[in-house]
Amino acid sequence: MDLGPHAGFIWAAYGVVAVVLAALVTWLVLDGRRQQQLIDELEARGIRRRSQRSPSQ
Amino acid sequence: MIAMQTLTQRLANPTRFMQLSGQLLPWIAGLAGVLLAIGLVMAFTAPLDYQQGHAAKIMFVHVPSAWLAMAGYALVAASSFGLLVFRHPLADVSAKAAAPIGAAFTFLCLVTGSLWGKPMWGAFWVWDPRLTSVLILFFLYLGLVALRSSIEDEALAAKLTAVLALTGIVMLPVIKFSVEWNSLHQPASVMRLGAPTIHPSLLWPLLVMAVGMSALFAALHLKAMRNEILRRRVKALRTVEVEDAAGLAGQPAG
Repeated sequence: MDLGPHAGFIWAAYGVVAVVLAALVTWLVLDGRRQQQLIDELEARGIRRRSQRSPSQ
Repeated sequence: MIAMQTLTQRLANPTRFMQLSGQLLPWIAGLAGVLLAIGLVMAFTAPLDYQQGHAAKIMFVHVPSAWLAMAGYALVAASSFGLLVFRHPLADVSAKAAAPIGAAFTFLCLVTGSLWGKPMWGAFWVWDPRLTSVLILFFLYLGLVALRSSIEDEALAAKLTAVLALTGIVMLPVIKFSVEWNSLHQPASVMRLGAPTIHPSLLWPLLVMAVGMSALFAALHLKAMRNEILRRRVKALRTVEVEDAAGLAGQPAG
């Protein structure tokens, strides 16, 4: 694709948008997995939030 | 208004919010992907601008980033208002989640604007009122993130960050009207009184990219809010673990 004499500026602009948005998505997906993993580990040890406990606990 | 109030009241329960957002998130993310794919095809097949030629293609990512930089800050400020005035349980979650995303879009606005400015104005940066006010907005976003992370007490951090966010909302009208203060920037050509001055062959790709990037922002914000709710659950569970351990240690043996 011929983008003329300013092609470098155009590709750089679209490239930085792609990199930053991909980094945001990756960070949020990995962070979500990490938090869910921590919750699963805590609950596997029998720890429950007070609202989830039965009256006998 | 009543319907809006009912919706916000229904979403006040984080568990209900997690259920609803979990159902909505794939659809919003999918919509963003489809619109951005269509928008990119439209952007790269759009006719050349008669003055700027191909360089005007940078507009299709620069302008939506600029709109979302400001919309993101309005979201942070509205959420902060919701925390300070209505004490809505999810308001602080929303404000905290939106700040880094808004900062990222403001960064994109500055960088793509700089890459557009060099071939058109002959300089990557000029201390123009619009550029300077958006740079201040970027520092404001960073300030919100830094202030929150510097205070250990989460409730106090939320309140102080909300006060700063509401104070900083003065930047939005400054950015909006800065193009009228001896600026190199052209005046508004889409969001203005009367019809847009941009030709439809360039306006449509811009609008599709703007809606696509807005949908992406919404998906990122929902995901960040879900992560923050999970993070608070982890903290609550760890507190329970410590309290249970302390309670057992305090019981007499036998």
